[in-house]
Amino acid sequence: MAGIGGAETTGKKVGWGLLNAVVVIYALFPVLWIVSLSFKSSKTLADGNFIPREWSLENYKNIFSTTEFTRALINSIGIALIATAIAVVFGTMAAYAIARLDFPGKNLLVGVSLLIAMFPQVSLVSPLFEIERSLGLFDTWPGLILPYITFALPLAIYTLSAFFREIPWELEKAAKMDGATPGQAFRRVIAPLAAPGVFTTAILVFIFCWNDFLFAISLTSTEQSRTVPVALSFFTGSSQFEDPAGSIAAAAVVITIPIILFVLFFQRRIVAGLTSGAVKG
Amino acid sequence: MAEIVLDKVSKRYPDGALAVQEVDLEIADGEFVILVGPSGCGKSTTLNMIAGLEDITEGELRIGGQRVNEKAPKDRDIAMVFQSYALYPHMTVKENMAFPLRLAKVDNATVERKVREAAEILDLSQHLDRKPSNLSGGQRQRVAMGRAIVRSPKAFLMDEPLSNLDAKLRVQMRTSVSRLQKQLGTTTVYVTHDQTEAMTLGDRVVVMRGGVVQQIGAPQFLYDHPANLFVAGFIGSPSMNFVPATLENGSLRSVLGDCTLTDRVRQLLEGADAPREVIMGIRPEHFEDAALLDASALASGGRFTSQVDVLESMGSDKYAYFTLTGEQAASAELQELAADAGSDDVPGDGISLVTRLSSASGAVEGASADIWFDTDKVQLFDPSTGRNLTYTER
Repeated sequence: MAGIGGAETTGKKVGWGLLNAVVVIYALFPVLWIVSLSFKSSKTLADGNFIPREWSLENYKNIFSTTEFTRALINSIGIALIATAIAVVFGTMAAYAIARLDFPGKNLLVGVSLLIAMFPQVSLVSPLFEIERSLGLFDTWPGLILPYITFALPLAIYTLSAFFREIPWELEKAAKMDGATPGQAFRRVIAPLAAPGVFTTAILVFIFCWNDFLFAISLTSTEQSRTVPVALSFFTGSSQFEDPAGSIAAAAVVITIPIILFVLFFQRRIVAGLTSGAVKG
Repeated sequence: MAEIVLDKVSKRYPDGALAVQEVDLEIADGEFVILVGPSGCGKSTTLNMIAGLEDITEGELRIGGQRVNEKAPKDRDIAMVFQSYALYPHMTVKENMAFPLRLAKVDNATVERKVREAAEILDLSQHLDRKPSNLSGGQRQRVAMGRAIVRSPKAFLMDEPLSNLDAKLRVQMRTSVSRLQKQLGTTTVYVTHDQTEAMTLGDRVVVMRGGVVQQIGAPQFLYDHPANLFVAGFIGSPSMNFVPATLENGSLRSVLGDCTLTDRVRQLLEGADAPREVIMGIRPEHFEDAALLDASALASGGRFTSQVDVLESMGSDKYAYFTLTGEQAASAELQELAADAGSDDVPGDGISLVTRLSSASGAVEGASADIWFDTDKVQLFDPSTGRNLTYTER
């Protein structure tokens, strides 16, 4: 590697560095802007300064002072975690079957699940609204968890089956010879090896559920099950004439934190090349 | 420990392809049996059927006198070593070896003891806490063996366990596999495509071709008395030379000149209803430099003179290669062997011949040499069926 790196000219390095810097700034500037906004007091909110002239935690105090935001935060975390857990468990089993078994209608199944993932969600909102109202699921946790699972599962199955295909089949045969039932072979040999895939999928599904706005605003009506993205849109200032931008910025910063934690936590488990040493090498 | 009996075992795939056809094999308790053949001959399928990884279409498989056709692999109490070792990468060496015992719900103390014993036998004691990815090929192979031996199964099945090792290590591991099997006395079925492994390891060798067993016997017996062209060509390295020949009143006419058959060969031929056109097979070691032999020896064999193409001196012997003008011996079996060896598309006119001469031979590359061959050791085959016309049980 050193030799290849050394062959690069300084000019090239500077060029790449600049390009990278531009991309990073372009991606992170809005985030920094939101963070900056969230620390401004209501008086200086619209002064256009990038660095707040007076730092204040006023906005953070505000959003946590009412149940509107805290309740939404609990809803978001609860709904996203439950939907992720269920989608990953079912996705793992389905992906394993798709990667390992040849059953009639396999391609059809994969095709249909892809179709669901590609379906425009907007077109499903009104029917879902009607269905959930008549079933009594409207404005409940399950009322959001179900559509989330529906849309997250194809994604989970797709990602996971790619990981399962990477696992040498001989490991499973070996486990069978060692006296494992198919269930034991899956739990003790295949699943641990698919762990990086499972965690990757979990992150993707969680982010999908966490970020969803469309379903959340259409299928909820009260604080009881309203998630954070929706709650944000309902934010008003403490008085009718006050700009809620500061509170929204603070809330936006707060809801980014769980995602970052989630990714950091699982990222450490995504160890590349976990299967190395299983066969040949 | 148990004997394994295959009673007319066949394997037919859903698409109708017959992978294994009516294999009859009785493996005695403690015996080391090798299944050998070119790729696609059904040897691995046969092993997988014994293991329970593939269903048996027809026939019966008995382990220890019990029919096990319908039993899952875990209920057959046999262990398997895979070509790729199939070690569990997320477990340490110790956990890998303990895995079968843990599944069998053996108590901790026993697991600990058995793993330590196995590790000692296989010289793995200092590697117990390492992950497979940090081991060398040979060590991984030993861990795979260890996982098989810890629970003292009724039988070991090995699917080309040495083919991923480099040549030197393979020879070394071959001896240790053999020693281990003797030490444990466990019935072993070993699959390989390498005839050297087959010759050196097994008590008995089963040669397979296209899903059909060609011959079963001790390695030396297969070498001396191959039942057909395929076995003759497959067993032995360098392999037997095949030359088309014509039988005429007890003498044999070929590019190696005319020679009279010995009484022994003639008697065998009489019983075999031999056709006129045959394929003559001679092993390389049954040739000798005529200059080194006395008159009485020379009189009892055939002789030919030809130019030495290539001469390889091995120190103990010399291998002389010749190309004789004439049609190559043609038969389906020989073609398959050539295809398996990858030499079917090597251009070559005439009959190539490999001879093993004494190191004292004065043969020189490019010069003509006078070569004698032992007519009593000649094997004759029927070109249409491949049958050995000179086959004898003795």
